[in-house]
Amino acid sequence: MKISTSRGTLLAAVVAAVSLGAAACGGGAGGGGNSAHTVTVAVVANPDMQQMEQLIGTFEKQNPGITVKFDTLPEDQERAEIQKDIATNGGLYDVVMISNYETPIWAKNGWLDNLSSKFIASDSSYDASDLLPPVAKSLSYRGGLYSVPFYGESSMLYYRKSMLQAAGITMPAHPTWTQVAADAAKLNKPGKVAGICLRGENGWGENLATLDTVINTFGGSWYNMSWQPQLTSPATEKAVNFYVNLVRKDGEPGASSDGFTELLTLYTQSKCAMWYDSTVAASSIAADKSVFNDTGYAFAPVDKTKASGWLYTWSLGVPKDSANQSAAWKFVSWATSKPYLRLVGKKFGWAAVPPGSRTSTYSLPQYQKAASAFAGITLQSIDSVNQAAATAPKVPYVGIQFVDIPQFENLGDEVSNQIAGAIAGSESVSAALSASQNDAAPVGQQQH
Amino acid sequence: MAVLERAARRVHTPAAPAGPTARQRWLRRLPLLPALIYMVVVTQIPFLFTLWYSFQNWNLLSNARAHFTGFSNYSSVFTNANYRSSLLVSVEMTATAVIISMILAVALALLLNQKVLGRGVARTLLITPFLVMPVASALLWKTTMLDPTYGLVNWLLSPFGVHHVAWLSVHPLGSIIIVLIWRWTPFMTLIVLAGLQSQPLDVVEAARVDGAGPLGVFRHVTFPLLRPYVELGVLLGSIYIVNTFDEVYSMTSGGPGNITTNLPYYLYEQAFQAYNVGGAAALGVVTVILTMIVASFALRMIASVFRFEEAK
Repeated sequence: MKISTSRGTLLAAVVAAVSLGAAACGGGAGGGGNSAHTVTVAVVANPDMQQMEQLIGTFEKQNPGITVKFDTLPEDQERAEIQKDIATNGGLYDVVMISNYETPIWAKNGWLDNLSSKFIASDSSYDASDLLPPVAKSLSYRGGLYSVPFYGESSMLYYRKSMLQAAGITMPAHPTWTQVAADAAKLNKPGKVAGICLRGENGWGENLATLDTVINTFGGSWYNMSWQPQLTSPATEKAVNFYVNLVRKDGEPGASSDGFTELLTLYTQSKCAMWYDSTVAASSIAADKSVFNDTGYAFAPVDKTKASGWLYTWSLGVPKDSANQSAAWKFVSWATSKPYLRLVGKKFGWAAVPPGSRTSTYSLPQYQKAASAFAGITLQSIDSVNQAAATAPKVPYVGIQFVDIPQFENLGDEVSNQIAGAIAGSESVSAALSASQNDAAPVGQQQH
Repeated sequence: MAVLERAARRVHTPAAPAGPTARQRWLRRLPLLPALIYMVVVTQIPFLFTLWYSFQNWNLLSNARAHFTGFSNYSSVFTNANYRSSLLVSVEMTATAVIISMILAVALALLLNQKVLGRGVARTLLITPFLVMPVASALLWKTTMLDPTYGLVNWLLSPFGVHHVAWLSVHPLGSIIIVLIWRWTPFMTLIVLAGLQSQPLDVVEAARVDGAGPLGVFRHVTFPLLRPYVELGVLLGSIYIVNTFDEVYSMTSGGPGNITTNLPYYLYEQAFQAYNVGGAAALGVVTVILTMIVASFALRMIASVFRFEEAK
């Protein structure tokens, strides 16, 4: 493997030259006890992360000598950047924002620090047992945490109380998909309000996230125990038909180009009677008082399984090739600590506190007061998630709205393209699924 | 200088040693050398790396080390149905957009060539679409124009009985082509207008005196004189539109299905979503070769325009 060695040597030379220069500078300045460190952090451009960037002054004041530099990018670009950097030992980032999809895979590849053994064990102030158990478990590999949650989410159903009331519908706390589909048919007013808004945009983090929870609860799966693809199995096909028909018949028009952002806009503009999506949308809805007061919440609808919500978390990890390990951990532990969550509450309002990371958040009186409408259901949704057993049949993989294998990013995107095609009506569900099955077969063979 | 050149030419005979000539030639090239080295560094070295990667099995997702795989990346490029479909999409997108924008451009240029009130304002307005950043205009088209719920297009068409068409779902390729036409017509108009304005007025006048009507003048005088400009516009337009990425990325992400995945977007998917460095490099090399074939035609055409100018 010539490329990587020569690159590694070059990189080492550059690093050596730079650190020599830095050492020379330090010597010139007389060399204090606290040498200056710059921690470079790759983050996703979401509102919660932008709050963190605004609060970084507090961290830098508490930790003189550490400067934090943010590299803020949209989700797919951030993923591509850090994937490139970490796989080629680029050493550009000291802290990376990743998810429960990457963490176990990268931990297995030896790209990330074992935070438990390296830092948490000797850091008594960081209360790791306070992290929400399903979230912490999803970020662990062989018992060690390889990244720590910044916020966590599951999925749930939002609905407009006034519209349901007008149609004479009462929504149970734990609805089934059959009920939701019947309600959507009643609520749908073509051209005015969609009965239910569902994601149709391509991308494994877009339409597949919601669709996979439906496939799971209908008894379908991606693979069976011998890694044979199950995308054309009767259960999976039934689920996909259900989803595609529902969104085509009683969903929003042009669903194949709608993702989370588009649906949030439609929902707050009163164009959706119901909306099944991430629990974090609740904080955005809370910002609009009239919509917030008219919104009801229900658990993710089910069919065969007891719960169907997904589990996703944006978390912070430290790459093994980072040159500023201890400074990096200082930043990571600050951004995921209890004091940080309180700081956000004080500065930006208590409903804006990053949800789904720590149990203690949900017992803060101020948070309970500000987020009473959705805090309980968010916490219960996340707590009822079991990533290792989300499907009805036994499967060889972990993950609810994804399959935790390195090839899934690409496979998922290809399958989601097919699904978007089926939602747009440019191909049938069975054609989309058999094309997906063909894509999934070679990936399954690589898992043996 | 002339003496020097003559001397150089005299020395350059088969019998004479080539030494001094070569030295002098290099001396003359010396000032160009920094630019040449810069060009080689920023274009050719990356290309050599791409060539090298295209023979490697290297995927950033796996921890496995990169290794030599021979031509397997290339064979998978040619056997891949997605590659062929993206090639077809590229051709369809480019051809339709170029032809329609050229027809519109000729019409608009003829209009703009008339002396009418507010011609300056009309010209500026017409050129504006070309000046807007492609990503910004694509997003504006996606959200404010083509959105099935709030879109202006549906609102404008609603009196005619068109209701809530989800343009990007039902006509994804058509929608992208419309945006491309909107963006590239001004460019073509500028080229055609330049041609119209260099048209010798005496010829037109002579044709009128001979009794040609406006249509006759256009068919027999204006259009033949305009032809090289139209060809130039078509070829330059094709080169640019074949590289369309912004519109596809921000309006449809290549979907639904693979309907709008053109070559550049497919390449992007392979490199930055599949992290398949070897495969993407092979794709890039094949695409560069195809582009070179098209570009050589384009360059020949540009040369013919210059010959035409000289001949005048």
